[in-house]
Amino acid sequence: MRHLLSTKDLSRDDAIMILDVAEDMSDVQLREVKKLPTLRGKTVVNLFFEDSTRTRISFELAAKRLSADVINFSAKGSSVSKGESLKDTAQTLAAMGADGVVIRHSSSGSPQLLADSGWIDAGIVNAGDGTHEHPTQALLDAFTMRRRIHGAASRGRDLSGVSVLIVGDILHSRVARSNLWLLRTLGAEVTFVAPATLLPFGAETWPAGIRYDLDAAIAEVNPDVVMMLRIQSERMNAAFFPNPREYARVWGLDDERLARLRPDTIVMHPGPMNRGLEISSRAADSAQSTVIEQVANGVSIRMAVLYLLLSGDREGSA
Amino acid sequence: MARIVLQQADIARALTRISHEILESNRGSSNLVLMGVPTRGILLARRIADIIDQIEPDSAPCLVGSLDVTMYRDDLAHQPTRATQQTQVPAGGIDGKTVVLVDDVLFSGRTVRSALDALNDLGRPRAVRLAVLVDRGHRELPIRADFVGKNLPTSTKERINVRLSETDGAEEVSIEGQAEMTEDGE
Repeated sequence: MRHLLSTKDLSRDDAIMILDVAEDMSDVQLREVKKLPTLRGKTVVNLFFEDSTRTRISFELAAKRLSADVINFSAKGSSVSKGESLKDTAQTLAAMGADGVVIRHSSSGSPQLLADSGWIDAGIVNAGDGTHEHPTQALLDAFTMRRRIHGAASRGRDLSGVSVLIVGDILHSRVARSNLWLLRTLGAEVTFVAPATLLPFGAETWPAGIRYDLDAAIAEVNPDVVMMLRIQSERMNAAFFPNPREYARVWGLDDERLARLRPDTIVMHPGPMNRGLEISSRAADSAQSTVIEQVANGVSIRMAVLYLLLSGDREGSA
Repeated sequence: MARIVLQQADIARALTRISHEILESNRGSSNLVLMGVPTRGILLARRIADIIDQIEPDSAPCLVGSLDVTMYRDDLAHQPTRATQQTQVPAGGIDGKTVVLVDDVLFSGRTVRSALDALNDLGRPRAVRLAVLVDRGHRELPIRADFVGKNLPTSTKERINVRLSETDGAEEVSIEGQAEMTEDGE
């Protein structure tokens, strides 16, 4: 692997390898010395054109645990706010000798552009681009599911036969898209549940079931995993649903719906959560919830990705 | 052509002798941790532990772990990326213990150097020893084994193949590619 741009073009073998390496990385998090010398002398740039705290911190921690030097570049208060183009930013980073670039951008496809342009010869990791993909989030979600379902015997396994309900704002969610492609590659069944206004045009062509009623979906699909998506109020520039209370009542995972899930059904949320809107506090804090695990696993996954992209002989790898 | 230098019985005898030597130098099996280097080092470490348990049936079972050195290698930037393997430290850790690193072949010594670095991040053993099934020479670092199954003088062009029944369906050590070898280096 040279870059990680999407989960759609990730092969099953590569996906399993990332998850397995992440298992080893998560063992490192339990040690007293949580650092590996592997990327000593490499420089990773976190290039964030969009606000993000947890993803940026997670990548920063992952790179530091692998002994890479980390530079955080956020668009606010940088040369970008003075009008610098992506090309000039990339060439500047290339001139400074960046080995890896972790990019988040509001425009779908900008990581691909960076990887294909020839402006910079670094490994590119997509940390979220527009409404396109967020591959490390999907990988950490799959990793979390695999650990909950297979436990210590997770290595080498996929998610065959696991049924996943992804609920909420599918329209704006790059997490939903990345999860769909990866979960399908790993053999899981995906069902989207959303108000019709929050489903993108053409969603019926995706390899996923589509439902509009959460109660019916819980009863009929009998899911192993329920993943609640955040209502992205910053992208809600039209009336997608009447008001937040109605959304919470019809589409939210409240205490009553939580009680109707199987006791071993996993409740996931990529964070940050709107408690009381898409997920109730009881659901978020229950033993079924993996919200905190997802954060911890995120560091392991990102360590695995940075290791696999940046450690080897980059001339030789295709 | 491959030439077999150790057969099943030879390997078993070598491991039995190594087990006795470990017990002798450690004065018993207390505070002993065997750490195998993947893949075949782990198998050899388990076998040595089994033999030690047979020799000293009254002592607590010998502790075995695995130590993946991939992340500590000095040639990472010159090779295609490798997948990592599992590191398992026995409960109780390695602090104050005598750790015996177990590997199949000792060659340049670079794997052992990586293993020493990796151990350093796991704790502070009282002592670290090295047990190998085959020592083929050509050291590039000041490292030597404490317990050796067999010294095999080789040319750098030759290749040593260790096959163990657990993974390879056979039980033998062979040398491949004599001095007049032409193609496929490695």
